[in-house]
Amino acid sequence: MAAPPETNIRPQQFLAAQVRWHPLEIVFWVATLAPFYFFPSYLSLASQIAIAALFALSLDLILGYAGIVSLGHAAFFGMGAYTAGLISKFGWGEPLTGLIIAAFAAGLVGYATSFIIAKFRHLTLIMLTLGIGLLLYEAANSASWLTGGADGLQGIDIWPIFNTFDYDLWGYTAYTYSLVVLFLVFVATRRLIHSPFGLSLRGIRENAVRMPAIGAPSESHIRTVYTISAVMAGLAGALIAQTTSTVSLEALSFERSADVLVMVVLGGAGRLYGGIIGSIIFLVARDQFSGINPQYWLFWIGLLLVMVVMFLPNGILGGLARLKWLQRGKP
Amino acid sequence: MSALALSTRGLDKSFGSLVVARGIEINLPAGERYALIGPNGAGKTTLINLMTGMLRPDAGRIILGDDDITGLKPHERVKRGLVRTFQINTLFPRLTALEAVTLAVCERRGEGADWWRNLPSYRDAIEEAYAILASLRLGDDCERPTHELAYGQQRLLEIALALATKPKVLLLDEPAAGVPQEESGELFAAIANLSQEISVLFIEHDMNIVFRFASRILVMVAGAILVEGTPAEIAADQRVREVYLGSAHHG
Amino acid sequence: MGPFVAVMFDGFAYGMLLFLVSVGLSVTLGMMNFVNLAHGAFAMLGAYVTVTLMNTYGWSFLATLPFAFIVAGLASVAFEQTLFRPLYRASDLDQVLLTIGLVFMAVAAVAYVFGTESQPIHIPDYLRGFITIGGANFAVYRIFLVSVALLVSVLLIAGLEFTRFGAQIRASVDNQRMARGLGINVDRVFAYTFALGSGLAGLGGALAIEVVGLDHSFALIYLIVMLIIVSVGGLGSISGSFVAAVVIGVSDTAGKYYFPYLGAFLIYLVMIAVLLWRPAGLFGKR
Repeated sequence: MAAPPETNIRPQQFLAAQVRWHPLEIVFWVATLAPFYFFPSYLSLASQIAIAALFALSLDLILGYAGIVSLGHAAFFGMGAYTAGLISKFGWGEPLTGLIIAAFAAGLVGYATSFIIAKFRHLTLIMLTLGIGLLLYEAANSASWLTGGADGLQGIDIWPIFNTFDYDLWGYTAYTYSLVVLFLVFVATRRLIHSPFGLSLRGIRENAVRMPAIGAPSESHIRTVYTISAVMAGLAGALIAQTTSTVSLEALSFERSADVLVMVVLGGAGRLYGGIIGSIIFLVARDQFSGINPQYWLFWIGLLLVMVVMFLPNGILGGLARLKWLQRGKP
Repeated sequence: MSALALSTRGLDKSFGSLVVARGIEINLPAGERYALIGPNGAGKTTLINLMTGMLRPDAGRIILGDDDITGLKPHERVKRGLVRTFQINTLFPRLTALEAVTLAVCERRGEGADWWRNLPSYRDAIEEAYAILASLRLGDDCERPTHELAYGQQRLLEIALALATKPKVLLLDEPAAGVPQEESGELFAAIANLSQEISVLFIEHDMNIVFRFASRILVMVAGAILVEGTPAEIAADQRVREVYLGSAHHG
Repeated sequence: MGPFVAVMFDGFAYGMLLFLVSVGLSVTLGMMNFVNLAHGAFAMLGAYVTVTLMNTYGWSFLATLPFAFIVAGLASVAFEQTLFRPLYRASDLDQVLLTIGLVFMAVAAVAYVFGTESQPIHIPDYLRGFITIGGANFAVYRIFLVSVALLVSVLLIAGLEFTRFGAQIRASVDNQRMARGLGINVDRVFAYTFALGSGLAGLGGALAIEVVGLDHSFALIYLIVMLIIVSVGGLGSISGSFVAAVVIGVSDTAGKYYFPYLGAFLIYLVMIAVLLWRPAGLFGKR
């Protein structure tokens, strides 16, 4: 049958509906304030979660939206952490400018490596992300005169935020600070993925071969998103350095890259909230089971990964979405 | 004779000892509908890959309008108006048809890197995308993910994506591949109805379709253009008969 | 001159070890494009088979080696048939996640059963000590290692060149669709290749204990080196794996000896440089 000459409002409304804030999203962000009132003893954990969520969001942007599998994303996290730690060690402890400088440094490394990343896919890409991550780790390990090597960076001194809010033992300031940064970056990311650029990224993820055939400069898109993602990871790293006043080699390690990948995949890649939900579950579980041997913790993480791949290919949020879809399908 | 939309000069390409293109000379005038036919393995798709920049020729030049585009990257050629479709559906499975075509429209308008404004505020891009989909009778299903569309609809979406780039020259690689014969006529009717400003070169195996829709036919055999002519000339050509008698059972 | 020759030889022996553990990964990756990060876990399994048979049941070292090979090979087929097979057409991400998940589980399971301490083994006396040639000391064990690895390489290459099964493997790596068209049961060829490759990894793991030590983290630590060798050598290429393993083995050993402050820096640099120069690896075709 022929298409009726209907008004063109419908398709636009369809797209607009995807962009609108869902009530559940507002509930979620209100709920992030709960630790202040209900679990004040968990504020430090909450701040760790907010930082991990920011890191996960940065990985999701390249993994879930642009389809770039990275096993070395900690490179940018560590770059941000060490930059923030070092500038405070050398006398400039103002946190907000420190944050920005650290993000800039991470972004610079991201931009430089993005030229490599944009040219490869599959195993070569995975190996290159892994290799660049390990290279930075070894570099930080070797340059112990600067980084403190395996002992970690000593002598970090962060000034109070706005010269007023000092870091308390309970983590009020740390959580507030981390949460505000997370929220601001989240809002920006949310805009980004709902923009034409976000659509282009999903195009790259869905079919990288087709993109040039519709005139899209995929490589330049990949370079842009990789740099943005590096900036975000650098912000997360800087936050962890500033709120805990410690930076160790762990910030650059393969374990950190693997953990953040697990968080994103557990929550559901390409779903904006997936990394956040994943980091909440991951870190709360690790906190609850902190009594057990870390080796056994690794077993459950491994089992979780296998289970997610086999039974929950789109993570927890993907599973929920499917459940909802199935329910609606029934009379 | 009208101005040339696309031409090639002495295109050569070989993989090791296998020659897949040998001295290919094509002259596609503006607004024409040319068919490229030939037995399987003659190098038809390879030729499209060469012209669109997905393969690099060993020798020869590719000229779009008045410009030599031999050294351009694939996406730059698309920007200049040389666009192709794929024989095997090469789509974006989890994007809706509307999103996919809107993506192509935005990229054409150079807005593909805009990351601050929401997509719905690009109202004219969305409307244009919808209009293209509606013209190919995909309007009603444009909100469904591509992988849920029927096969024939996906073939149409291939063309919709190409149209969204506002092509000057459209290279269609077996646009009706896999579509039942009764529907392929409809699909080609849609192609025939395209604006006369678009020049078309299509690969097709169904001779009825070729003779009905092509103004001129190029016959390719073993990496070279064997003969070129009007449908009547090709139908009468003894060499073409020989080539096709050998592979007539391929349909 | 003495130390230089000795360092080169040590590096070569280390490279031979790396070749044994990674050659199977290269062939299976080349054939199925399946990113199997769990390959190192099969090497670790072979190593623990040897440790257990020696320390608990009092077997001699050499007698355990065939079992390290067989157990690792059989275990790998069990995984291949159940967990990996459904994922051959899945995304890179799913393959990476599933197999790294298995590595994590293997590492934790070994820590649970054997503890996290390094496992001691006592190799027989005739494999200990040194031979001095021209002022350079050559460890007998490393000579043994090199001999085993070279023997395996010769057998592999001969098998691949001159047997029917070898021809089927080559055809499957080269062009899977064509191989299927010729009536080769690619799935079965792959299962056997997978078992063979994992078995060699198990053998390599057992031989590695004396050189690099063994604890529960083996599967993770050597996973990265294996991946480097595979990607530097090129997927599906035995000679590529051999050359890459020697290059990595020698540069790592020499790097640690002459530039100890560089740590593992050198091999990562070598890998990135090679991949940038030749994305498909030194001997890769794709």
